[in-house]
Amino acid sequence: MTIITKLAIAASLATALTSVSIAQDNLKGLVVGFSQIGSESGWRAAETSVTKAQAEERGIDLKFADAQQKQENQIKAIRGFIAQGVDAIMVAPVVATGWEDVLTEAKEAEIPVILLDRGVDAPEDLYLTSVASDQVKEGRVAGQWLVDAVGDADCKVVELQGTVGSTPAINRKQGFEEAIAGHANITIARSQTGDFTRSKGKEVMEGFIKAENGGKDICAVYAHNDDMAVGAIQAIKDAGLKPGTDIKVVSIDAVPDIFAAMVNGEANATVELTPNMAGPAFDALSAYLADGTEPAKFIITESKLYTPADNPQGEYDTRKGLGY
Amino acid sequence: MRRLRLDRLANPQLLALVGVLAINWLLFPSFFHVTWQDGRFFGSFIDVLNRGAPVAILAIGMTGVIATKGVDLSVGAIMAVCGAVAATMVVAGYPAPIAIIAALAVGLACGLWNGFLVAVLDIQPIVATLVLMVAGRGIAQLITEGSIVTFNDPSLIFVGTGSFLGFPMAAVIAVVLMVLVTLLVRRTAIGLFIQAIGVNRAAASLAGIHSRMLLMLVYALSGLCAAIAGIVVAADIRGADANNSGLWLELDAILAVVIGGTSLLGGRFSIPMAVVGALIIQAMNTGILVSGFPPEFNLVVKAGMIILILLLQSPYAALPFKRRPAASNKTASS
Amino acid sequence: MIDKGERRMADSQYVLEARGVIKIFGSQTALDSVDFGLRRGEVHALLGENGAGKSTLIKILTGAYQPDGGQVLVDGAPVTLDNPLHAQTHGIGTVYQEVNLLPNRSVAENLYLGHQPTRFGLVDHRKMERDARVLLTRYGLDLDPGSELGSHSVAVQQIVAIARAVELSGKVLILDEPTASLDRNEVERLFEVIGDLKRAGLAIIFITHFLDQVFAISDRVTVLRNGRLVETQVLDALSRTDVVRLMLGKDIAFSGATDLEPENPTTDVLLQFSGYGRKNGVAPFDLTIHKGEVIGVAGLLGSGRTEMARIMFGADPADQGSLRVNDKPANVRNTTDAITLGFGFCPEDRKAEGILGDLSVRENIIIALQGKLGWFKALNRDEQLEIAGRFGESMDIRAASLDMPVKLLSGGNQQKVILSRWLATDPAFLILDEPTRGIDVGAHAEIVRTINRLRDDGMAMVVISSELDEVVAYSSRIVVMRDRKMVAELRGKNINPGVIVQAIANNPDEATP
Repeated sequence: MTIITKLAIAASLATALTSVSIAQDNLKGLVVGFSQIGSESGWRAAETSVTKAQAEERGIDLKFADAQQKQENQIKAIRGFIAQGVDAIMVAPVVATGWEDVLTEAKEAEIPVILLDRGVDAPEDLYLTSVASDQVKEGRVAGQWLVDAVGDADCKVVELQGTVGSTPAINRKQGFEEAIAGHANITIARSQTGDFTRSKGKEVMEGFIKAENGGKDICAVYAHNDDMAVGAIQAIKDAGLKPGTDIKVVSIDAVPDIFAAMVNGEANATVELTPNMAGPAFDALSAYLADGTEPAKFIITESKLYTPADNPQGEYDTRKGLGY
Repeated sequence: MRRLRLDRLANPQLLALVGVLAINWLLFPSFFHVTWQDGRFFGSFIDVLNRGAPVAILAIGMTGVIATKGVDLSVGAIMAVCGAVAATMVVAGYPAPIAIIAALAVGLACGLWNGFLVAVLDIQPIVATLVLMVAGRGIAQLITEGSIVTFNDPSLIFVGTGSFLGFPMAAVIAVVLMVLVTLLVRRTAIGLFIQAIGVNRAAASLAGIHSRMLLMLVYALSGLCAAIAGIVVAADIRGADANNSGLWLELDAILAVVIGGTSLLGGRFSIPMAVVGALIIQAMNTGILVSGFPPEFNLVVKAGMIILILLLQSPYAALPFKRRPAASNKTASS
Repeated sequence: MIDKGERRMADSQYVLEARGVIKIFGSQTALDSVDFGLRRGEVHALLGENGAGKSTLIKILTGAYQPDGGQVLVDGAPVTLDNPLHAQTHGIGTVYQEVNLLPNRSVAENLYLGHQPTRFGLVDHRKMERDARVLLTRYGLDLDPGSELGSHSVAVQQIVAIARAVELSGKVLILDEPTASLDRNEVERLFEVIGDLKRAGLAIIFITHFLDQVFAISDRVTVLRNGRLVETQVLDALSRTDVVRLMLGKDIAFSGATDLEPENPTTDVLLQFSGYGRKNGVAPFDLTIHKGEVIGVAGLLGSGRTEMARIMFGADPADQGSLRVNDKPANVRNTTDAITLGFGFCPEDRKAEGILGDLSVRENIIIALQGKLGWFKALNRDEQLEIAGRFGESMDIRAASLDMPVKLLSGGNQQKVILSRWLATDPAFLILDEPTRGIDVGAHAEIVRTINRLRDDGMAMVVISSELDEVVAYSSRIVVMRDRKMVAELRGKNINPGVIVQAIANNPDEATP
């Protein structure tokens, strides 16, 4: 798929995802620098293409810089943006620390900085706002779905954690546990790390199935991301069970392949981590530039629940074009 | 080695494997419980064979490299590249055999590149293969455009998830490869030459051994093995994950070779024992999964077990079943 | 000759002394009761061929090794030197062939590294550079102390290293082959510095294998051979021939000439090297070798003996001249070409270039033959055992098992293994570089017998050796190397080791003593 068609699809999706109700003509012709981490995952690629589409739609001239997972490259890129005198800067910071100097330089140059999807350890007055999802809430939404889905029936859950010690793994675990707390019929029987990858997700699920009476005792699997869930679905099938029916599958991210599984009835629910961080960012920037409205320091994106009732085929088709 | 001797079976690798499997069995009594399901064996022990296969395949190639006193850090990245090649080609409509051959060819080319750097340009192996370790994953990401390329081609999927006589295809491939490569190096003089180069390259060259050709061969073989592992892993998850496929597996492969008794200083090597080493590592992984330890302990448990196994292999561990020659006598070097 | 009487008299003069020092490695005696005395204000050359024990003695004098017997004395008092740093506190400093300073730091930092002048607890850079400038001027160096050491020539770096060693130790300076990588002008400059230091009362030990340099600056010379002291002598009393004679064997016969083996014009010519040579290796040489003939090669260490062998064998291929084998043009671009032509080569450094230490005796014996057969015509285990067993027996290799690692064998048995390795390839031409060095007497004799037997069986050989009486005994011609050139080809009757020594020393006018 070419970049052009990708952008076109992304643009149409962006329109669908956000209602650009207020006129944002004041952004037209602005130059905004965007320092992206790199291409670490499909979601990251989708975020990049959605950001480009969002900018195009508003007539923003987006200067894109790929940092290849290195903070020094990001700092270099931001200094470059400052030197070019851009109107605003967006950063998806690769790490949390070490930003104070360069953010101060941007502030002195009176260029507003917006953080995307990750926070930094720096004084809050150094950036305009931070747009990110609430990972605890994501876990909570997933847990709530399960609570609603099983009702009063007993349910043994196995959990596929993200990378041990990583923030999303900790938060998504916490949110899920919060949601099922007080529902004694739902218990987490086993919990292991699948490193956020498909193959580890499959391997760990295989182990869980063997350990839980050939999988017959497992009522649901909760995966911290969709990739692990896709791996787990394959493991369930290999064990001769029906994913989605014999074992419920709930996960987070809403990448295209989980919708493909939903179409086949093999996945039950996913919580979206939207790749559209730029939309809310631009909205906040527009309001700020128009009349100096200080946006909230932390803009939380929506954590939307998708189930097979939400036209998974359509979601698959639109998302497939985003570079996931 | 032609007659099966009991004392050969009592080597530290096989004992360690038996030990780890026994621990698994204690922690999880139905570890060896194998059932027949959908025309294949099913059980935790089968999982060990299946999941251990990619590292075992890498270890087969890595053994030759390490025996020449080298190391190949790029195998994980080559896995990602070759998986990506195979996946994008079947998605683009090429038949699976063509895609597989193309991926193998790419792996071979990567191995030859490493061999060229090491044998011809005389770059240290750790540096030479670091080039592809870093660049390879980037190339794989370029091929997949950063996403997981999912495919549904049944013949390609069969390579990773099919079965042969009830055994998982990946394990069958690993065993066949092990037998073929072992025959290749033991039935020809290649194995002896590899050892000679690893022990003393200067002396081997003076004895008329083409060290360059052999180095090219071992690195090419390592690249080819990495390609096979990459295809197997991609086929297993029905998708090429450029970011994660084979990530850090080079270290597992090196560990498997070392557990298998091949010294990083080169010289004597054993391919079957490296495969046993891979099985030991996987038996630990699977054991941790079924035992129900919290994931925070994974690495600690693994590290502890590995230290124990390596200690058992140390010449200082006075094992009753193993006779060691007295400490090598030092000769004067004045 | 210095006898015990003179030594006792000179006791107080010795700044540094070794008395009856013994050092044993495994089964080998590297130093056997060696006496060595160094006086204030002298340059004392320490000479000897490879394996003579020079470096072992130096390592004991600098505390890198501990002697297994005997004593080290500084200013007449026995001391125990724990390590080179400790030796430094006793006033003993060393400069090695490779300058081991930090090339990317300044000259001043290199001079004072580890004890920089400090001010309020911080390095006083200004004082350090000022001191450095004064110090360097004393050594005739006018350069910026703040400049990077690596930006200067090796000679300057060498002098900086000497300055540092003298500053730190101040009594004894040991120069271990300091001139090996210097050109002529640089050597002269270094010698001026050494001369100044000597006049300033420093005691200097000078190790080199360039005879000219020994005669240029040394006052006395001590010669070691096979771990034993051969002689310590005032240099003025010695001729060049004397020195070479001492190095190669004190009891070399200068009379009682032997006839060399008859040249064998009846047999065919096997090899003709014409104008054969290699840049930075050996100057072009001409040499014809018949079948059934041994060519002895004599010369001091560094004379180009080993280089000649490596060129012949293609390990460092020739870049000029031509070779005919059996009267047909031949091209030796690498060792494989040489082996295909039926050449074999036993290198001098058995451990580094000869044996495959961790591999078995069996594998070590068949490796060259297998290399010749290629990858796919593998000898099976029975064939290997048969071959290894055959040579193990005929060469009398003493190994507990043919499957034991060759590194566990004694030096003599290792040498027999390497000889067997080549004999297994059925060679027409063997190059042996110091085949009897560092091996026990019994094995020594067996290897000489083997050389004779192979010659009588019709094999052509080039044997490099410092054992001149042996060379005379089995060679039909003797090639003499000096300064990487073939300088003489001795043939015919009335050859004795003395003649060879004279040829090596380049003193045709000197009368035999």
